[in-house]
Parts: sequence; structure tokens; C-alpha cells
Amino acid sequence: MIETEHLQKKYGDLVAVRDLSFKVESGQIWGLLGPNAAGKTTTMRILTGFLPATSGKAAVAGYDVFEQAEEVKKEIGYLPETVPLYPEMTVEAYLGFVAEIKQVPGARKKAAIDRAVEITGLSTVRKRLIKNISRGYRQRLGLAQALIHNPKVVILDEPTIGLDPAQIVEIRQLIKSLRGEQTVMLSTHILAEVTQVCDGVVIINEGQLMAAGRLDELTSAYREKDGVYLRLKKIDNESLNLFRQLPGIDSAARDGEEIRLEWDRNTDRREEVVRFCLDKQLGLLEMRSLALTIEELYLRIVSGGVEQ
Amino acid sequence: MKAIRSIIKKEFLSYFSSPIAYIVIFTFLLLSGFFFYSLVSWFNSVSVQLAQNPYYYQQININQMVFSPFFNNLSIVLLLMLPLLSMRLFSEEKKMGTEELLFTSPLSITQIITGKYLASLLILLIMLVLSAIPAVFTFIYGNPELVPFLVGYLGLFLLGAAFLGIGIFWSSISENQIVSAVLTFGTLLLFWVLSWVGYSAHGLWQSVLNYLSFFEHFDSLTKGIFDTTDLVYYLSFAFFGLFLTHSVIQSRRWR
Repeated sequence: MIETEHLQKKYGDLVAVRDLSFKVESGQIWGLLGPNAAGKTTTMRILTGFLPATSGKAAVAGYDVFEQAEEVKKEIGYLPETVPLYPEMTVEAYLGFVAEIKQVPGARKKAAIDRAVEITGLSTVRKRLIKNISRGYRQRLGLAQALIHNPKVVILDEPTIGLDPAQIVEIRQLIKSLRGEQTVMLSTHILAEVTQVCDGVVIINEGQLMAAGRLDELTSAYREKDGVYLRLKKIDNESLNLFRQLPGIDSAARDGEEIRLEWDRNTDRREEVVRFCLDKQLGLLEMRSLALTIEELYLRIVSGGVEQ
Repeated sequence: MKAIRSIIKKEFLSYFSSPIAYIVIFTFLLLSGFFFYSLVSWFNSVSVQLAQNPYYYQQININQMVFSPFFNNLSIVLLLMLPLLSMRLFSEEKKMGTEELLFTSPLSITQIITGKYLASLLILLIMLVLSAIPAVFTFIYGNPELVPFLVGYLGLFLLGAAFLGIGIFWSSISENQIVSAVLTFGTLLLFWVLSWVGYSAHGLWQSVLNYLSFFEHFDSLTKGIFDTTDLVYYLSFAFFGLFLTHSVIQSRRWR
């Protein structure tokens, strides 16, 4: 549904995006991650047809972004980083205007406004001037304008920025509700948002693709060791030494109130560990997998300079 | 066309949702009313004085004595007022970040520019129509010639259309509305006074400067003389302004 091939964008001598290739399947929600000035907004602007690329290819909903820009723009809903609002308009008049320029047929305009107002929870401020509504409502209105023409692809540049925790949860729920119906690509700085909302991520740094794929595939691919966290009734040096003597265990260390065991990622020692705990009567209370968090993944890829 | 209509509607309503349109229209009408009243008063007193001499009385012409200077005065007021109307057209979109909404919609750049330009022309039209209301009384109580009067107003409209064409171009350059207004005003003034330089020039250079000057083309229209050269001149100016606007927006996206 969204595809780029060797995309490049230069501003004079500055290369904002270089050789960027990725693919997002239909109906999925993908995150675009990267530090500040990584090229996220530029990539999104290219995909929406706001900026042309210097070279490379991009396609959205089956249309070439450069050759069939008008068709692409009909299929895309876009929420830029700065929510594009006219403060002197009412919420309803603004959505009416957006519906018109997004070429929603006249007969369906009212229904489109009603739907957008309903799904973004704007009914209480529908008749109010935009300059008089809160930041949270403005952000929702930005989402409403992106969704008003029921686009196949929705591109959201930092959709939860500046919102309070309750509003963030609401907006995330709203984005999650688009899964299946629409293909969503969102950029964010909040890594937890990615694990909660996204099916996959594209991680870029200095305009370059660092990693792209489904979250579970990436966390598994970037994990150097497999392992578990164990919670025991009592943790002491003796029990740690016992684990260290267990065949196949590369390391055993205390991590707060838990023991962290690591082994080669091509093997699975969980069953042996449980049996060992029971045999030695170590008082096993809990065991959980040593999964790579999105924060660890991100830091490993961006700060560690790992490239895939 | 429907898309252009949406832009016109939005722009037109935006003008009236801020004080700008009200202030510009009010000031324009106040000044035009003052000029018209002064000219009619002066015309009355001259008429009374000349009434004693039948020969001179025959020579009195309200079109030449009232309307022609009236149009000249209004042209200067337009030069001062119209940059205030055009300054927000693109500058504000850029500053508010709403240009991303417009340029990622299926509308073409041409449609967006046309819609915005037509909305500003509509405000100009309202200003001119309202300013013509006092003149209706001269037709009720006197016998001015209608055609030169209409040609004069057509001249004002064409002049305004050229001014707005230049204004929309400067508005596309800067996101600061004051900068757009000042640059528009400076450009208009420059083209206005080109004929002054033209008087001291010679040969081809003089012809070129005179041709480019707003003043030279407007003068004949105020006298009710319609020449297609003037029509072509003003329309070319307006289209050139719109063309430059298109080029600026297009090139900014390719930069």
C-alpha cells in the first residue's frame, strides 16, 4: 500500500533522505521512528505529494506519487506536524471546507462530516470556533480532516504530540481502530506508542534506513542472546552459582529482585531451567522471556549504528 | 470549478472573519466619499460662477470635472489599500502551516491561486460598487454621460486586478504579511512613477518606460477612453503576477 524504492531528497547540499526503501502492507499500522532531523517529516511530505523527491520511486495505494500525484492525493489523509487549522472557522465549517477540497461529493458531504466528528469525538465542539477549542480538540480535528474523505492511506506526523495522557490514550485508540480498514503510517518520538499501536516500524537515522520490518521480527533479529527473568523466593549467591553451572547457560546475574539468565539465541533452555528450579527446590515464583524492548531495539539500531 | 469555488468561498469568508476587510472597505469608502463630496462641491461652486456666462457654462462637463479626478484619486487610494488585501493570501497559509493542507489536497496549484485571486477580486468589486453609490445621485439630478463613467470604473477594476496580481506574488514570497504588503506597495509605486522618469528619457527608452507606467494607461481610462492596449496591459500585469506566484510555489517545492 505504501512503497518506496531508493528514495532520495536533497536540500541543496544537504541530503535529508538517502536511498530509502521500505514497504507497508495494506491495513497495517506502521511507525516511522528516528531521532530529530532524521528525515521523518521529509519522507512523509514526499509520500503525500507535498514535496517531490530528488530521485527514487514512491507509490501509495498503487499510484506513483510523482506521476499520478492527483490520484495519490485523493487516496491519502495527512496530518502534518503543525495541525493545519483556520482559527477563525468553526469546526463544522472547517471540515466542510476540507471535504470540498478533498472532493467528497456534495451529496455525501454532510454524512462525511458527521462520521469524522463522531469517530474523533468532536460533537461537543462542532459549532465552536477553532480558536476557542483546546489543544486536544485541535489535534482531534487534525485527525478528523485527515479521515474525512475515508482515505485508503493515512499519514500522521506525530499525532499525539502535546496531548495529556488521557488524550494520548484516546488518540491511540482511535488510530488502532483504523487497522484493517486503512493503512496508517505515523511518526512518533514516543517509543511505547509504537509497541502499543504499530504492527511494524521503519527506523531511519540521518535520512538513511536503519531497519524496517514487523516489530516481533525486528526484536528477534536484533536480540543477541535468548533468556529469561526468574523470580525466586530467595535469591543469593549460592543459587546464582547453581545456575552458572547449568549446561548451556552463558550468564546468570542478579537484576533487581530477579535473576537474568542468558543462553545462545538458537537454543531454548526454558524447560530445563524450570526442571532445574524444581529439582533444587529454589522456590520458583515467576518466569518471563527476556524480550528486547522497543527502547533497547531503537537504541541498539540508532545509537549503536547497527544497520540492517 | 467546484474546487475553485470552495477556495473562493473560504477566502472570501476569511476576509470578513478578521478586521482587515472591514477596515479596508470602510477606509476606502470614507476616502472615496470625501473625494466625491469635495469634487461635487467644487463643481457646484464653479457652475454657479460660470452660470452668468452662457459660453463657459456650455463648456462645463461633470465627467471631466468630477469623475475624471475622482477616478484618479481612487486609483491612489487603491494603491494604498490593495496591498493590505493581498498580503495575507499566501503569507498566512505559510505561517499557519495550512499550505500543507492545500497542497496535499487533490487541487492543483493553479486552482488554489485562481480561487484566492478571484476572492480578492470579489472584495475589490464590492469596494468599487459601494463607492459608486454616491455617483448615482449625479445621474438622478444631473446628466453625466454613462459610458465614460463605466469605462472609468472598468479602469479602476483593471488597475486593481493588476495590483492584486502583483500582491499575490509578493504574498507567496514571504510568510510575513507586513513584508508582503510593503514589497507590493513598493512595486506598485515604482510602476506608477515610471512615467516621471520617462519624461526625461528619450527615444525607445521613453516609450518603454511610458508603456510600463500604470499612470499612462490609467489616464485615458479616467477620461472615458477605452483602448484595448490598456486592457491588454492591465490583464498582462495581472497574469504575469499570477504566473510568477505559480512559479514561486512550484519552485519552492522543488528546492
